[in-house]
Amino acid sequence: MRPRSVNSALLPGERRRWPARAVLGLGVLLLALSFLVASARGSYVISPLQLWAVLMDALGGAAQPSPEHLVFMNIRLPRLLMGMAAGAALGLSGALMQGLFRNPLADPGLIGVSSGAALAAGTTIVLGSLWFPEMPRTLGSWTLVLTAFTGSLVVTLLVYALSQQDGATRVGLMLLAGIAINALAGAGLGFLTFLATDEQLRNIQFWLLGSLGGARWSAVVLVFSIVAVAVAAGLTLAKPLNAIALGEAQAALLGVPVENVKRFAVLVTALAVGAVTATTGIIGFIGLMAPHCVRLVAGPDHRVVLPGSALLGAALVLAADSVARTIVQPAELPLGVLTAFVGVPFFLLLLRHFRSRL
Amino acid sequence: MTTMPSPLNRRDTLRLFSLPALSGVLGLPATAALAQAPARPPRIVSVNGAMTEIVYALGAEKQLVGTDTTSLFPAAALQTAKVGYMRQLSAEGLLSLKPDAVIGTTEAGPGVVMDQVRSAGVKVELVEADHSWGEVQRKVAAVGRATSRVAQANALQAKLDAEWAGVLAAVAASKGGRKPRAIFILSHSSSAQVSGDKTAAHAMMVFAGLQNALAGSFSAYRPMTAESIVTAAPDVIVTTVQGIEASGGLEKFWARPGLEMTPAYRRRAVVALDALYLIGFGPRLPQAVTELHQAAWKVTA
Repeated sequence: MRPRSVNSALLPGERRRWPARAVLGLGVLLLALSFLVASARGSYVISPLQLWAVLMDALGGAAQPSPEHLVFMNIRLPRLLMGMAAGAALGLSGALMQGLFRNPLADPGLIGVSSGAALAAGTTIVLGSLWFPEMPRTLGSWTLVLTAFTGSLVVTLLVYALSQQDGATRVGLMLLAGIAINALAGAGLGFLTFLATDEQLRNIQFWLLGSLGGARWSAVVLVFSIVAVAVAAGLTLAKPLNAIALGEAQAALLGVPVENVKRFAVLVTALAVGAVTATTGIIGFIGLMAPHCVRLVAGPDHRVVLPGSALLGAALVLAADSVARTIVQPAELPLGVLTAFVGVPFFLLLLRHFRSRL
Repeated sequence: MTTMPSPLNRRDTLRLFSLPALSGVLGLPATAALAQAPARPPRIVSVNGAMTEIVYALGAEKQLVGTDTTSLFPAAALQTAKVGYMRQLSAEGLLSLKPDAVIGTTEAGPGVVMDQVRSAGVKVELVEADHSWGEVQRKVAAVGRATSRVAQANALQAKLDAEWAGVLAAVAASKGGRKPRAIFILSHSSSAQVSGDKTAAHAMMVFAGLQNALAGSFSAYRPMTAESIVTAAPDVIVTTVQGIEASGGLEKFWARPGLEMTPAYRRRAVVALDALYLIGFGPRLPQAVTELHQAAWKVTA
């Protein structure tokens, strides 16, 4: 029998924290459920029986794939996997940023990842044909992904460089530099909007609203592998972030390599969120909200919050995307619109239930 | 003992001999019946307003299973399933309508979605839009191919070509030595834009015998500024009916900054036509040019 801590006595009206294993188990269950529901839903009707047949075909290898097989394997499945990668990357990075800045309002965009990608994408859309007119249209979609990814990395590096003082990273400086660079990128994007033609403007607008519609297998494999590596690496930061929550000086005295942790957290966020934003556009709200949901239920221990945010982020993106794909079928709503519509009620529900914890 | 052929070879061999064997078993009547069976008319999704009009003009509306949000004419097109805005389509959404072909202009996208639809075995035919009579001809031909009504399409094309030649001759004849200066204002949202060259509106004004006062200075659309309008000094303003409505009526339209100092303001010389009719470059193009020309000459007389 594990000895109970004296401090486990609850205040009147307070709820007991859920144990870590239960929370993570619930997260996995939620993700699996979201995945199953999202697989079954879509404008192209695939009944559960047909879905089972598609799975059998995929494992066995049929000679003549049915149309349902083609639609599921080439369009829906890569989209679901991309959605999972996006949600996991955003959720984990949000939790990392909130742990790093010790600020509940932090989200991955704070260090300039999203705005850098947006500025690079806008520049490519508006000025790409002017500066590189020989860029063939078929290569256009990959070029946008590569330039957006480069843009996000460059801007994040700039913010990181601006936050250096006496060889150490000042988190306060990073926050302010991030705000300033985000504002600059926003102004740049505004200028590009002014220069844009009607078609370019629409392309920029739709890119900014985010969509999983561009998920091809090549892009999915690339993003999934980057995000998987980044998430696995980010999870190792759980204990150091717990120590940093006590204060940086205290963490350093406890033996945590604080400078390396900061650098690593920024790197993981830049890679994961940069890769996702480059391929899907800006998906807002997940990075901010998923860690809070987990914290409301399970407390602030990063060993639960980091993996929990990744799982919840993935489940939320899958849920939002399945609504985006079906609510105005056969048309499609941009994903960025839906993440708030789906996420906020969930968040408010949890807030109501667990608000004594606040 | 002879070695058994590897499974791969055996499969290929079986495949090689199966077809003649099968047709031998089933007999010629079956294959003949297959050749004679009428193919059902191909299902079409149109993501361009002008091409939707052409589908109706060819009498193929029963084959139309989906259109985009710019397909507003004829009124029956509003009752078809809407697949969204042509630049932001959904692959699964398009495929859920089980089309045989998707037709549109090269502006349809995103590119990844069109590729996914192509790889699902659907014919995707996109026409280059260069704001010329050739564009209308290409659209008619593409719709004819997609709906398997090539003969009707050729007939329609001949009729439209004759109409077009007549309209161009009529415009040239009734110019009367005048060439009024015009500008095209696009004001579907709160901000108004004016057209330079290389746009559909510019092409329409040129066809109708007008001079685009802003051509030569820039291409495509720019936000409307008071100074640029006054410098252009247009005799007539060309705009869309939807633009006047979005401005809140004709009075509010004329209240836009800069317009009160133009020659067009004195006689309130404005020509407002429906957006799809005016700049859609569809089968009603000859009529639209005639109407634009006659209205412009009337208000600047």
